[in-house]
Amino acid sequence: MLVKLLIANRGEISCRIIRTAKRMGIHTVAVYSDADANALHVQMADEAVHIGPAPSRDSYLQAQKIIEVARKVGADMIHPGYGFLSENAEFARLCEDNQIVFVGPPVPAIDAMGSKSAAKKIMEAAGVPLVPGYHGDDQSPALLKQQADAMGYPVLLKAAAGGGGKGMRQVHHEKEFEQALAAAKREAMASFGDEQMLVEKYLTQPRHVEIQVFCDMHGNGVYLFERDCSVQRRHQKVIEEAPAPGMTEDLRKQMGEAALKAASAIGYVGAGTVEFLLDTDGSFYFMEMNTRLQVEHPVTEMITGQDLVEWQIRVASGEDLPLKQDELKINGHAFEARVYAEDPDNEFLPATGTLSFLQPPDESEHVRVDTGVRQGDKVSVYYDPMIAKLIVWDEDRPKALRRLAKALSEYRIMGVTTNIGFLYNLANTKAFKQANLDTGFIDKHQSEIFLKNEADIAGLLPLAALYLVLTQDKQHQQSGPSQQDPHSPWQCMNAWRANVDHVQHLDIQIHDEVYQVHVRQLTAGQQRRYRISAEGFNVECQGEIRGDNFTVILDGHRQNVVIGSDELGNGNELGCSLYTQSSALHFRQKLPDLGLLDHDQHAGGFTAPMNGTVVNHAVEPGEMVEKGQVLVIMEAMKMEHSLKAPKAGKVLEFFYQPGELVDGGAELLSFEAEE
Amino acid sequence: MPRIETKINNKSQAFADNAAHMQKQVADLREKIAQIQQGGGEQANKRHTDRGKLLPRERINALLDPGSPFLELSQLAAWQVYDDYVPAAGLIAGIGRVSGVECMIVANDATVKGGTYYPLTVKKHLRAQTIAEQNNLPCIYLVDSGGANLPRQDDVFPDREHFGRIFYNQANLSAANIPQIAVVMGSCTAGGAYVPAMADESIIVREQGTIFLGGPPLVKAATGEVVTAEELGGGDVHCRTSGVADYLANNDHHALQLARDAVARLNRTKPVGLHITPPVDPLYDAEEIYGIIPKDTRQSFDVREIIARIVDGSEFDEFKALYGNTLVCGFARIFGYPVGIIANNGILFSESAQKGAHFIELCAQRKIPLVFLQNITGFMVGKQYEAGGIAKHGAKMVTAVACAKVPKFTVLIGGSFGAGNYGMCGRAYDPRFLFMWPNARISVMGGEQAAGVLAQVKRDQKERNGESWSKEEEQAFKQPVIDDYEHQGHPYYASARLWDDGVIDPADTRLVLGLSLSAALNKPLEDTRFGVFRM
Repeated sequence: MLVKLLIANRGEISCRIIRTAKRMGIHTVAVYSDADANALHVQMADEAVHIGPAPSRDSYLQAQKIIEVARKVGADMIHPGYGFLSENAEFARLCEDNQIVFVGPPVPAIDAMGSKSAAKKIMEAAGVPLVPGYHGDDQSPALLKQQADAMGYPVLLKAAAGGGGKGMRQVHHEKEFEQALAAAKREAMASFGDEQMLVEKYLTQPRHVEIQVFCDMHGNGVYLFERDCSVQRRHQKVIEEAPAPGMTEDLRKQMGEAALKAASAIGYVGAGTVEFLLDTDGSFYFMEMNTRLQVEHPVTEMITGQDLVEWQIRVASGEDLPLKQDELKINGHAFEARVYAEDPDNEFLPATGTLSFLQPPDESEHVRVDTGVRQGDKVSVYYDPMIAKLIVWDEDRPKALRRLAKALSEYRIMGVTTNIGFLYNLANTKAFKQANLDTGFIDKHQSEIFLKNEADIAGLLPLAALYLVLTQDKQHQQSGPSQQDPHSPWQCMNAWRANVDHVQHLDIQIHDEVYQVHVRQLTAGQQRRYRISAEGFNVECQGEIRGDNFTVILDGHRQNVVIGSDELGNGNELGCSLYTQSSALHFRQKLPDLGLLDHDQHAGGFTAPMNGTVVNHAVEPGEMVEKGQVLVIMEAMKMEHSLKAPKAGKVLEFFYQPGELVDGGAELLSFEAEE
Repeated sequence: MPRIETKINNKSQAFADNAAHMQKQVADLREKIAQIQQGGGEQANKRHTDRGKLLPRERINALLDPGSPFLELSQLAAWQVYDDYVPAAGLIAGIGRVSGVECMIVANDATVKGGTYYPLTVKKHLRAQTIAEQNNLPCIYLVDSGGANLPRQDDVFPDREHFGRIFYNQANLSAANIPQIAVVMGSCTAGGAYVPAMADESIIVREQGTIFLGGPPLVKAATGEVVTAEELGGGDVHCRTSGVADYLANNDHHALQLARDAVARLNRTKPVGLHITPPVDPLYDAEEIYGIIPKDTRQSFDVREIIARIVDGSEFDEFKALYGNTLVCGFARIFGYPVGIIANNGILFSESAQKGAHFIELCAQRKIPLVFLQNITGFMVGKQYEAGGIAKHGAKMVTAVACAKVPKFTVLIGGSFGAGNYGMCGRAYDPRFLFMWPNARISVMGGEQAAGVLAQVKRDQKERNGESWSKEEEQAFKQPVIDDYEHQGHPYYASARLWDDGVIDPADTRLVLGLSLSAALNKPLEDTRFGVFRM
């Protein structure tokens, strides 16, 4: 058995690997960049070594440097985690050259799957079903378009070297083809340094179902069943589950064996995932094989009771697979929700900031939290903004789903915008409960997920208004000038006015809509009652805030609401999240315009929405532009975002050149509006 | 503490009749106030808001801590006093919490005659400053005024209690560390320019607020210089060049936020100085007061029923309950603050006056605030009582009331006539606040009595001259007197002239007293030194 393991990664996966290694009695070595000097994975490891500045290309992607560190500390094994160097054949080769065990497949297997088009050829030869598509080396745009025209739209453009949704574009019409091709190539070039593209038939209602396979060095292979990762946005997985709803034993066997066939076709060893598109008629097509541990591996662990990292280490050490196929059983159902620092209301723009308060739900046999951050840590621009993976398990899907919703509502994060409310609403949709899944799920159910339905909002607005009023009362009690006057009537009679109706008007903002709500206090005692009205409702209510719990009685209907986060007092930008039985409500109180931006000499709004890189200037300085025209394209988190002209005018100057790194909030250009 | 058990039957016909009568009066009050709060009317309001300005009440709402109360004073000021319609005398004054500090807020209403100062506007402004001084409340002036009302300059400018006194007060309030903050949200012309100039800190709204001694027309007339208001005295001039203002705001909301910030850094604490307990609601509904106050003002009622609907838990510890029982005295709490209550339950006799003086001494000694519930036709008259020294016993009570330095609060819940008004802490006795119910009446004596006295004098005169005077003639003589007294004794008439701090809904009495008490506690409680009591 090996005794010293270096983890060439960071964040939650690093922590997760260290946990298993420690249990196995293996000494662990972490590596870290400048930004991670105090990170959790550094604290958890037995040793930690600094490897460079914050940007990953200068640290976590420095293969040579990491090998040197491994040699220096005497590590005999390197676990690459996922991302970074995990599917880098060059790195695996370096490990081999330095007699360090690489926890992953042999170099040729990585190579074989590294190029998607090459991989498909191998799979085709091995008899694994493929989606109709073009995987050729001739990359002339005309030929690619001709291929697309031939298979019929919609088609999907994918980077041959890619993964994770980067360098990928759907094309619904031949007219859009050329533009989409250019954008996909640009992204592919930026992400992988390779712009080769594949063109595939795009299935309209496919599910993304993947098979976890494991092979040892002795020719044994098993599949640890499937995961359904259909719920995606921009081809990024959001919620994964195992087993796949509606999966039959027969289909599972077919897919499992096809996956093993794929693995053996390339002489695979270790943990791998074979991704399939599952069509509505039960036919499935090979998409790609990921030659690493997947982000979503915990759902498989939860339903099989196995530790896949332990399996990886044992297999890498030359042991036989711990179990045979007939010894593997599915037990219950598991979900994983990816908790991200991002703004679902703003095209999922990555968010950065300090986790000023962080309290995950309690862990138990039902709830598991894989995270790499602690309270006080920063979510920085440099790495993926994932805060944690929330994994839940129960005997069956409905029970597990209830656990998921509850655990999400108990996740307390302050200081950064997160997608928890979005996940909560998603998990509560009827369609998700009924497991009507496909990769277009989020688009299809967006009115429910993003609370766009007026009736839903009318049901939730009184809660928001009452919450605001009760919080106000509390603030008044705290802001009084003297602790010696704790019961002053100045703090207990909402908006009272002499001889006229005393009604407080609150402007509550939900997403981009502002609703005016009227609140009138009916009684002054301990349990104050209020009448709250707006267009669409008029209710009498009372409530109490105790810790994280907000008890509300609306027209005699008592309910318990969970307060996810409340940053109304903190400059008001992040607002407040409330979780009812059925939905998450995120709102802000709209405050009056103080005219602070009026005197900005620029038309405003030309600041970088996040940290990232300038891709290109879409217009020339001095050139007249129309309202809505794209001025500059930025890239962050491997996604492109464009800044548009708010009105007709011209750019006077760009402050950053293409390729330059930009901090969020930095002004990108000066703009002169047309008079 | 003993509780007052109500003896009111709220199902009786009399109760229903009384309640309906009071409801009518309250409804009328609310209707008048609603009208007054429209300010200068729809057109003037629109002209005002079209310039991007907030209406004065909106300004106050934005200035106050969100959702906190505003104790507006003298809403009826100038009501039917002038031929011009000058709602609220064109000036809104009241107490509210700003950044957790109770402040006196004085806001000009530019929609009413350009916010110019009528005589009663000046009186209202000065009254607000007096309240600020007596209760140690920082002042925030939301200025938007054309200055003195020129046609009425003789009643506005020259006298001691006229326009100049505003600035005298600003200086002296500031000297007493009662902060003076001015927010210039419109014109500040001529004398008005001194409001921001005399302030400790002043804020001005860019391209909206102006401060100058002489406006562009006056400048042109005097020197021929042509200049815009903004060039002459706009925010930029005063914040960058003249130094007359300290903070430049982008708009009304911004200016009010700056004012909130200014209050937040005043470094004030509230001394309180009382033993406080958590408040308890009264056992009985405050609106039952409507049914208790008799429709016929000549009928009596037990004032304890009113006290039971004002004090915490309806608990009232009565002092000397068995002695001089036309004056009810006792200890209670309002919103947890201890108070001594003095309430009329009939005409004042020597015993009741002595008891009142004794009770006031107790409260002054113990520093317990006093609440007076006035319903008094006066002191008893007649040979027996004069011989018993009712004048000197009444004088004891008046001395006690006059000298007591604890905060005093007066509510006129019924009649307020004659020397009874003095003994029960009328306006002249400097209660911190004085409020009236819509049913209350105030005059030197009741209309009937006054008419009766005058008629008696007349009859004596006629009889001396050997003339006869028929009952009908006498009635015809008396009626105008009665009508005048009724008109002049009415709360609207009184409130219009600032004889009180406002007419309130009886059901709001507990809250209004609570807010007033709490505001008053910003001033440390003082020791009392009484004058010579005639024994």
